[in-house]
Amino acid sequence: MVLYILCFGLFLIGIYGLLTKKNLIKIIISLNLISYAVNLFFILIAYRRDGVAPLFETGKVVGAHGQNMVDPLPQGLVSTAVIIELALTVLLVSLALRIYEKYGTFDITKLRRLKG
Amino acid sequence: MEKKNEGMTLIVKTTARLTAWFILLYGFYLVIHGHLASGGGFAGGLMIALAMIHLLLAYGRDYIRRRINPEWIQKLMASGVAAFLLVGWLGLLITGKLFLNFLAKGHFLKILSGGTIPVINVCIGLNVGLLLYIGFYYLVEFRIQGR
Amino acid sequence: MPVDIWISGLLIVMIVGAALCLEIKDILSSIIILGMVGLSLSLAFLILQAPDLALVQFIYEILILGLAFVIMNTLKPTSDHMAFTDSLPRKVNAVFILLIILSTAYFALRELPAFGIHQLSVSQHYVTLGAKETGAANLIAGITLDYRVYDTLGEAIIIFTGILGGLTVMRKIGKE
Repeated sequence: MVLYILCFGLFLIGIYGLLTKKNLIKIIISLNLISYAVNLFFILIAYRRDGVAPLFETGKVVGAHGQNMVDPLPQGLVSTAVIIELALTVLLVSLALRIYEKYGTFDITKLRRLKG
Repeated sequence: MEKKNEGMTLIVKTTARLTAWFILLYGFYLVIHGHLASGGGFAGGLMIALAMIHLLLAYGRDYIRRRINPEWIQKLMASGVAAFLLVGWLGLLITGKLFLNFLAKGHFLKILSGGTIPVINVCIGLNVGLLLYIGFYYLVEFRIQGR
Repeated sequence: MPVDIWISGLLIVMIVGAALCLEIKDILSSIIILGMVGLSLSLAFLILQAPDLALVQFIYEILILGLAFVIMNTLKPTSDHMAFTDSLPRKVNAVFILLIILSTAYFALRELPAFGIHQLSVSQHYVTLGAKETGAANLIAGITLDYRVYDTLGEAIIIFTGILGGLTVMRKIGKE
């Protein structure tokens, strides 16, 4: 229970950065923090007490019917979500560099006044 | 406009040149052994991208463009996605269902086991790795011509 | 249980790192602290028995530092892009809204099962019969590439489209 609240606290810090920061790079960093919090929450839900990783190896003994493994399904989901987040960050950085080329600043409040 | 193009100092270039092949080898290992140990197409693809990106950052864009042609990299990446679709379509053709695992499942814990899983791992590894390298390459090129 | 204490410790490090990362004015320092947050996340994944994910997260952090290098080389050397004054009413407003969200979320998070007790309702079939039906020793690869390969195709196409969108933005306009 405490762990879920701490994980949600990380998510809220990301949203705070998204709401209050004016620097465009800080907004991109806040989006990354939100993504970290959500991925960690998925893996926290999927954990079992005294569980092992869902891999079979020679010489490793798993309980009957694989009772000791942690849940493998969210790990597959999160594994692709991390790489999609990387592609999204590359896209956002390219947009930010284009804005910097046109306006000369990263400040989002100055983007309304200049017409480039 | 040419002053940021030559890459970094000599020490960085020598170190990058020595370690790039090891990182690439580890990336191929992760891709091919994806169904036996942890790894798979996505992690291996990221390692392949990392090997090529750190060469790009160390040597500068001009030198790398002469050695590694971006047009061929784009064709290879697109063929990775096309091969993925082809495997699915072949599964539909041979049996009645899309993406059915139609190759033979060999012995457990050998490389040639798991049917179509190693084939799809290689396709995804090519796709993801080269895609991220292309994204970085055009970002560096945009950055240079932005002045 | 030591796992609880480890994960709580790592989460507190992450929260402190995230708060520092947003408050520091220098861009390069804040991205390096973001790298520290990602490293603790990778350790947390390793403790929670997900080695595949720990590898992916670690390499993701290295590539974010590469992006930071590209950003820092673009900026003009002398400019006042670092001096931002954030407005205080906006901050107080944001903290107030976030406290409301946190108090509402407490009632939702109370309904979740306790940490460590997980009913494998959907994955029961995957865990017991996965190795026999797919022939793969890595169950995660068996799930994402045999049972749910159509979703993996969709995700590969999403990554493709994302980077293509980035390339469209970076195109030179006209011939120069």
